[in-house]
Amino acid sequence: MNLVQRRKLINVIALGYSLAAIAFGLVWLIWILVMVFEKGVGAMTLNLFTEMTPPPGDVGGGLKNAIAGSALMVSLAMLIGTPVAVLAGIYLAEYGRRTTLGKVTRFLNDILLSAPSIVIGLFVYAIYVARVGEFSGMAGAVALALLVLPVVIRTTEDMLVLVPNTLREAAYALGAPQWKVIVMITLRAAKTGIVTGALLALARISGETAPLLFTALNNQFWSLDLGKPMSNLPMVIFQFAMSPYENWQELAWAGVFLITLGVLLLNIVARVLFRKSATQ
Amino acid sequence: MPSLNPAELSPQITMRALNFYYGQTHALKNINLDVYRNTVTAFIGPSGCGKSTLLRTINRMYDLYPGQRADGDLLIDGVNVLADDVDTIELRAKVGMVFQKPTPFPMTIYENIAFGVRMHEKLSRIEMDDRVEWALTKAALWDEVKDKLNRQGTSLSGGQQQRLCIARGVAVKPRVLLLDEPTSALDPISTMRIEELVNELKKEFTIVIVTHNMQQAARVSDFTAYMYLGELVEFGKTDDIFIKPQDKRTEDYITGRMG
Repeated sequence: MNLVQRRKLINVIALGYSLAAIAFGLVWLIWILVMVFEKGVGAMTLNLFTEMTPPPGDVGGGLKNAIAGSALMVSLAMLIGTPVAVLAGIYLAEYGRRTTLGKVTRFLNDILLSAPSIVIGLFVYAIYVARVGEFSGMAGAVALALLVLPVVIRTTEDMLVLVPNTLREAAYALGAPQWKVIVMITLRAAKTGIVTGALLALARISGETAPLLFTALNNQFWSLDLGKPMSNLPMVIFQFAMSPYENWQELAWAGVFLITLGVLLLNIVARVLFRKSATQ
Repeated sequence: MPSLNPAELSPQITMRALNFYYGQTHALKNINLDVYRNTVTAFIGPSGCGKSTLLRTINRMYDLYPGQRADGDLLIDGVNVLADDVDTIELRAKVGMVFQKPTPFPMTIYENIAFGVRMHEKLSRIEMDDRVEWALTKAALWDEVKDKLNRQGTSLSGGQQQRLCIARGVAVKPRVLLLDEPTSALDPISTMRIEELVNELKKEFTIVIVTHNMQQAARVSDFTAYMYLGELVEFGKTDDIFIKPQDKRTEDYITGRMG
């Protein structure tokens, strides 16, 4: 075997290995999706959106209270978390890029980014739920907001840093003050990237169970009272999937399907937005 | 063409014993130079000679970066702009700048022009429309964009974007226009248009242009400053510099033996 043949053979082997690795990863992902689809589509009925989670032994039932609770807590978490995170990201990218405060914040944020979500749940339990003495939707929203923060801070900073300095200089050269440069130029230039980051954070928290375990807990009934325990999809899935009742298990699959579909849609929207900004 | 006899020209920018530092690096060494009103002055020299640094000192662009500082005198119309109490926002209203790469803002063509004007003046909608048209006309771009002022600035071609940036700088009605290698990212046709534009604009503005292209310096400028290693080697009328340079280093550079 000469050198060229040898090189070609090695190339084929390397290619084979990487294809095998890709296949290995994809098999699980596709398997999960297919299973969720199979079990979920069957459980998709209009009742899901009109009926409450059923008590044990009852037939049928839906996920109305869980969907509403999840939607409420997730929106509230985004509402609390995103503005704070975007402002913090602006500080890190525009004002505090080289400052000690900036460096420390960036480091701590990276730790928060990789903190297990159950830690966040316990933290909110300790500082909020334990003091108020009751599980509540508000506590759930706060815990989810704490998960939004690091993701959005990080993407906002990254997107702003990507804005070329020449664009900033051009605005300064016209006599613009710093806040105007940030609001009118850099934020605008980074807009789609920041929105993408927020959407990814939204996708992430909509499936989180651990932070809700110690905060919102669950609620079998219809409730939008933020001071009371609140139903939500991840907890219902957890509870129903482990139950012996067939209709509960089916509802759990329906919930899984809804979340997966939601996250998939969000990811697609984020990608489309991102591609738009990349081609601009 | 007005007389280019320095005795009859009035200096708009006067630099005396100007030094510039990037941290510990001494980037500009004792620069003494006059830039005359309504003329085009070109800064030429090999990469790293300090010509862009000198340009960025005039509008104090270096203020944005910690560790960069200038000392000495840099007077614009008799006011030392290096003084601590100088308001850089006001300074930059008087001194416009155009960069190497076109930098349209992420907004419409109209807003690109209006952005800078709004920093310094309160204009009615009609006055602003007039100003936008005036600036785009000055930059020889009006005819090409008058029907699409609401399109994004980024939708224009590279040469058009650069003229948009010139229009944006002109719209603020500065006294001085700084051009930092304005055509180095453009094709020859666009370059030619910008050069023609520079010739028009000097009737109303004092222009300082940094260029790597010596033919360009010879074509557009009235005065040329040759810089080397942070020093001003030679300064004079462009014709003199290119035809009979006094300094051996200038001659080597413009004849292509160095640089």
